Amino acid sequence: MTTEQRARSISVHLVLIAYSLLAVGPILLVVMNSFKVRSAIFGSPLAPPDTSTFSLIGYEKVFRSSHILLYYSNSLIVTLVSMALVLLFGAMAAWALTEYRFRGSTVLALFLSIGIMVPIRLGSVAILNMMRSAGLNDTLTALVLVYVAQGLPMSIFILSEFIQQIPKDLRDAARCDGVPEIRIFFEVVAPLLRPAIATVAVFTIVPIWNDLWFPLILTSSDSTHTVTLGVQQFLGQYITDWNSVLAALSMAILPVVVIYVILSRQLIAGLTSGAVK
Amino acid sequence: MANLRIEQLNKRYGATTVLNDVNLSIEDGEFVVLVGPSGCGKSTLLRMIAGLDGASGGDIHIAGKLVNTLAPAERGIAMVFQSYALYPHMNVRKNMTFGLKFTGVPPTERERRVAEAARMLRLEELLERYPRDLSGGQRQRVAIGRAIVREPEVFLFDEPLSNLDAALRVSTRVEIANLHRLLKSTIVYVTHDQVEAMTLADRIVVMNKGRIEQVGKPLDLYYEPANLFVAGFIGSPAMNFFEAKVESIEGGRARVTGAAFRGLDVAAASLSVGDTLTVGVRPEHLVRGEAGAFAAEGIVELVERLGEASFAYLRRVDGRMFVAEVRGRQTPAPGETVTLVAASPDVHIFDASGLRVATGTR
Repeated sequence: MTTEQRARSISVHLVLIAYSLLAVGPILLVVMNSFKVRSAIFGSPLAPPDTSTFSLIGYEKVFRSSHILLYYSNSLIVTLVSMALVLLFGAMAAWALTEYRFRGSTVLALFLSIGIMVPIRLGSVAILNMMRSAGLNDTLTALVLVYVAQGLPMSIFILSEFIQQIPKDLRDAARCDGVPEIRIFFEVVAPLLRPAIATVAVFTIVPIWNDLWFPLILTSSDSTHTVTLGVQQFLGQYITDWNSVLAALSMAILPVVVIYVILSRQLIAGLTSGAVK
Repeated sequence: MANLRIEQLNKRYGATTVLNDVNLSIEDGEFVVLVGPSGCGKSTLLRMIAGLDGASGGDIHIAGKLVNTLAPAERGIAMVFQSYALYPHMNVRKNMTFGLKFTGVPPTERERRVAEAARMLRLEELLERYPRDLSGGQRQRVAIGRAIVREPEVFLFDEPLSNLDAALRVSTRVEIANLHRLLKSTIVYVTHDQVEAMTLADRIVVMNKGRIEQVGKPLDLYYEPANLFVAGFIGSPAMNFFEAKVESIEGGRARVTGAAFRGLDVAAASLSVGDTLTVGVRPEHLVRGEAGAFAAEGIVELVERLGEASFAYLRRVDGRMFVAEVRGRQTPAPGETVTLVAASPDVHIFDASGLRVATGTR
């Protein structure tokens, strides 16, 4: 490696490290401060907890004074059910749109790509009205429906690209073998889509888990609150219970990190496949 | 086992015609090779027999049954693809049994068929391996095995050897020939390689631009090509062609002359004075000498030595090239002027439309 190359490599890494710090910093700050007493949070916010400032008071309060486990399970239910439906319907629709030519398939593909361009929040009022008249107001089902609609267009788009990379001979071979179309999809195509499915799963889960907007407008009772909404009760107009807020937020981060770690190997394969043969 | 009948088969994509009124009848147990340059429609024809592509018109009968509207699996065919098309996430055994699950073959019968195919193709050791761990030749054998366990009426092969290296291609070719002898099944085999076609086929179907040019036994195609296309396509290096004219006809013999060769006497048959002809002679039928029905002169430009023979590329009087096969160690030197002759049975005459003229020499 020449000195010029080394210098370039170092500068690239400096930029990357700086960006990583910028991205990870706030999260680190939240997690760190969630383990400190209130005075230390304000006294020295950038210092890690030590023996004198360490405290679990935030976590205690969260478990004592709110239904955090309920919120958690609500969030999990909504996220996982939405993800499952997005992946199932997304893969099936992507398969149909790439594999079969039928009347209106082009129009349908175009319609779905509009879903990528137009943010779903523009339709909030209409969605609220719709859910009200369908009697789904203040239910988790309403959230699931909205998130499935939100996630589908992008997942169909990504999965279509991957399906096109699966050799056509494989489907033909399966057809000659007498495999029914539905089994070709589930037993030949779907297993080969694993990296793509992991990619779509992460892209789908993160915005749903973090979403505050739709829980805010579609759910009202405590029993349907999600984690992001549940945290809000510690943020008061006059007093904010920072210990509890930070503790709840730290816990909210955890599942996303776990899912990402589980899927990351597949995710990287998905992001880079096609880039190199 | 079954015969196969194709009638008036057409395939069009918009304005382009891929297959044009194809008629073909294949006997039970016959090994038929479809051969032709790329884009001639041979693969399309095979896919239509398999039912993977629909026809724009015409009928396909397998074992006497009209199969036009049947799905591939219901036609009693099995196909081997050029890319092998093995299921990458299943081991060899599963690759072979996967299709059988859906066609109502009981598990014990599946196992029996896999064992038999594995024995026939020497795959016993590989049954638990995945396609990614196999070599090209092994993958091809698995693909063939997957076809065998279906016990089809007709085997369809789509350029099965073109992804293999030269040595493996020869050995797999022999294996396929043995397999046909063993199974006695009807096989339709697509290739662009005329050596494969000549060595494997009971009958060859030469296709060009969506039409069948000629159907016949390998040596019949070689010695009696129906037209210029088949004459030029079968044989390597390709047949030499010389422009010619009928100069005179006398006593049932026609005098054929051209710029690049000495005059030639052939049976007049259907020829008439002034006809434009093409005279064709294969490189391997040209020998050095003076006496012969056909004689052409050229200046040697290049000699390719292959060992058992050498190919001399010669510049003709009219400026074009022709090729002659030279046997033995004595090859002509570049720059040398050489006269090459051929006996009359080895001289082919084609009329202006490219059809072979029966000159009664053979």
